[in-house]
Amino acid sequence: MATARVSGVPLASERADAAVFSTEHRLTGLNLLVAFIALALGGLFGVMQALQYNGIDLYKPIAPVLRGGYYQGLALHGVLNVLVFTTFFIIGWLTFTTTRSFGIPLASRTLGWVTFGVMTGGLLIAALPLLLNNATVMFTFYPPLKADPFFYIGLTLVVVGTWLLLANQVMTLRQWRAANPGVRIPLAAFMSIVTMTMWVICTFGVATEMLFLLIPWSLGLVQGTDPVLARTLFWFTGHPIVYFWLLPAYISWYNFIPKQAGGKLFSDPMARVSFILFLILSTPIGLHHQYTDPGISETWKLIHAIFTFGVFFPSLLTFFNVVASLEHGGRSRGGKGWLMWVFSLPWREPSFTAQVLAMILFAFGGAGGLINASYNINLVVHNTSWISGHFHLTVGTAVTLTFMGITYWLVPHITGRKLWSPPMALAQAWTWFLGMGMFSHWMHQLGLMSMPRRTAIGAANYMQPEWQPLLPFVMIGALIMFVSAILYYLNMIMTITAGKKEAVPMAPFARAISGPEDSPRVLDNFKPWLTISFILIVINYAPTLIRLISTTPLNIPGMRSW
Amino acid sequence: MNQKQLGYLFEIAWILPSVAVPIAFLVAIVITAFAVGISVPGEAGRVDPKTLNTTAPFDKPGLRELAPGRYEAVITAQLFNFTPGELEIPAGSKVTFIVTSRDVIHGYKVENTPINMMIVPGQISRMTTTFDQPGEYYVYCHEYCGGGHHLMAGKIIVTPAQSASSGR
Ligand code: HEM
Ligand SMILES: [Cu+2]
Ligand SMILES: [Cu+2]
Repeated sequence: MATARVSGVPLASERADAAVFSTEHRLTGLNLLVAFIALALGGLFGVMQALQYNGIDLYKPIAPVLRGGYYQGLALHGVLNVLVFTTFFIIGWLTFTTTRSFGIPLASRTLGWVTFGVMTGGLLIAALPLLLNNATVMFTFYPPLKADPFFYIGLTLVVVGTWLLLANQVMTLRQWRAANPGVRIPLAAFMSIVTMTMWVICTFGVATEMLFLLIPWSLGLVQGTDPVLARTLFWFTGHPIVYFWLLPAYISWYNFIPKQAGGKLFSDPMARVSFILFLILSTPIGLHHQYTDPGISETWKLIHAIFTFGVFFPSLLTFFNVVASLEHGGRSRGGKGWLMWVFSLPWREPSFTAQVLAMILFAFGGAGGLINASYNINLVVHNTSWISGHFHLTVGTAVTLTFMGITYWLVPHITGRKLWSPPMALAQAWTWFLGMGMFSHWMHQLGLMSMPRRTAIGAANYMQPEWQPLLPFVMIGALIMFVSAILYYLNMIMTITAGKKEAVPMAPFARAISGPEDSPRVLDNFKPWLTISFILIVINYAPTLIRLISTTPLNIPGMRSW
Repeated sequence: MNQKQLGYLFEIAWILPSVAVPIAFLVAIVITAFAVGISVPGEAGRVDPKTLNTTAPFDKPGLRELAPGRYEAVITAQLFNFTPGELEIPAGSKVTFIVTSRDVIHGYKVENTPINMMIVPGQISRMTTTFDQPGEYYVYCHEYCGGGHHLMAGKIIVTPAQSASSGR
């Protein structure tokens, strides 16, 4: 079966690529390695949580190693999966897409190594208190729960490290522009730079929270803090972070999947417009995570709700463009009819199948997201297990399964070893889809029955009889995902250590039916978009932040309650 | 029509509903928020958690009848319970919940009602609802607050209307 060998690129040029981009390959590979080690450990805790719901407590046997039980495990699950796995994968992946799309190496490879070094150093610093049960504050680290200062310092370093990639991208863009005057920025490079730009803008929130509130407070330099101010700064970053996770998956869906499907991207201009809209609209909507918070006015919550619906628009553009590209692929492969073309798609290709299955679950995640965003309807679901059900469809599947799908061609390409077992990879994609579909469905249901999230339900003194019959299904979904994870890691370890040595080409960039020549040039000029983005952020955040900061007594002491 | 023109046509055919659908959702929200009156917590003032015992109304947590069928429930949340943990009210009562925390962030969700609030030290959370159906309503702390978080719950008992205060 032709895994990742969709291209007709001759192998000689493939070897030349490997030589030109050897450092980039190594950087990408190392980032992916850290990412997937994190996911392996993080995923394990997920399964343990689902077992705990059903009264199977695996925390006692591991207590000599991890003293913190369910909640320490949950903190690790959140931090490892959505902070470490995502961030490291994305930095590795965007290093790859930026340089291969421009066709030139990173402007500064030294900076590339510094980026990886700062991030990894930060990770190690933050990992220690987490593992010692001194940072069981979840991945949201809301004060006044007070963690060991190294936890905050380490995470801050990880974020600062990521900023360096944008600097490198901009330098690389300059070099490329000098050599290619007047040429449109290639789509994948354009999207990679937009993603990092959005990320750097939005991390202003969490960086401010860390540097001015949490770090000095955890070091004992100041006595008190302000939880609502901290939450507001956290969610300033915390909503756009979901686009930081999603856009790299979209980069694969826009730039590789159309070609993997056997066709072309439907519209390059529409793709560029959607990314510019994400850049502008991702940040000024973070209050939608704080609908139920005291101390923030309903008016600003409602305004953020309205803008949140605005960001639904580029999401629908993406949906249309990607599905139209799939249809083009299906028809190019001889598919006919209104819908029968779906069956002509290359379903035997694991990389393709994993990502399309990720898209299907994402459609449900998106629909649920509309409900979460809906201001007062959110009251029904906020902080129930509905929310856990929701983001396992989005970040847990749309993002994670897409990233896994990417590795089915990317890892063979950068290691020069063929994928060990394509059938096993196919089975992995389907089991993840099935397991997550089940898990998430029942978590949504339980949420509608008010089951709280972030809770060791198996030990709760208020277990409801109507929850009980559904909990085993949550566990079955989790166990199916566990099988899927084993299939994934076995396949990857065998590929890296025992895969057939062979120069494997990268998945080629898709061409577009309607190409960049049809899109306005102003899209390639970042200045106007950055200006609009900045203005919207100021309008939507300044009144709330200024009021919170100017009235804060900064008098809430920290505590350790775990 | 060539392929490109056809493509533009499809794009427009998709873009229009993509704008219309979010707008329809928004209209529904605004109507329920302002006409039906289901809204979210807002600014209800700050309070110092260290002096709650001497600060009204939190110096006397509990249920107060303001007028026939109109109540105010003053509640404090702390590791790992609510004070008071149980409230009893007659069906048909309209209750305003006024809640704050003594220590860390907690949650306050009353099942089968719109009451769903974050309880933050230093801040007052306030929401109002009417309990029409008699029965037991569990109250869950739905924000991780520490090692005993899964033990933190309360109860609201809504008694049939006739057994309650006169005049109804
Ligand atoms: C083996 C597969 C997985 C299983 C069985 C699983 C299970 C769970 C369960 C049961 C919870 C809810 C815990 C609670 O609210 O008390 C949870 C929370 C969570 N999961 Fe997963 N999960 C899995 C994979 C993932 C993946 C791949 C991601 C993201 C990349 C992810 C991200 C999260 C996050 C962010 C939370 C919330 C943590 C918090 O509330 O602080 N999970 N998971
Ligand atoms: Cu959000
Ligand atoms: Cu709690």
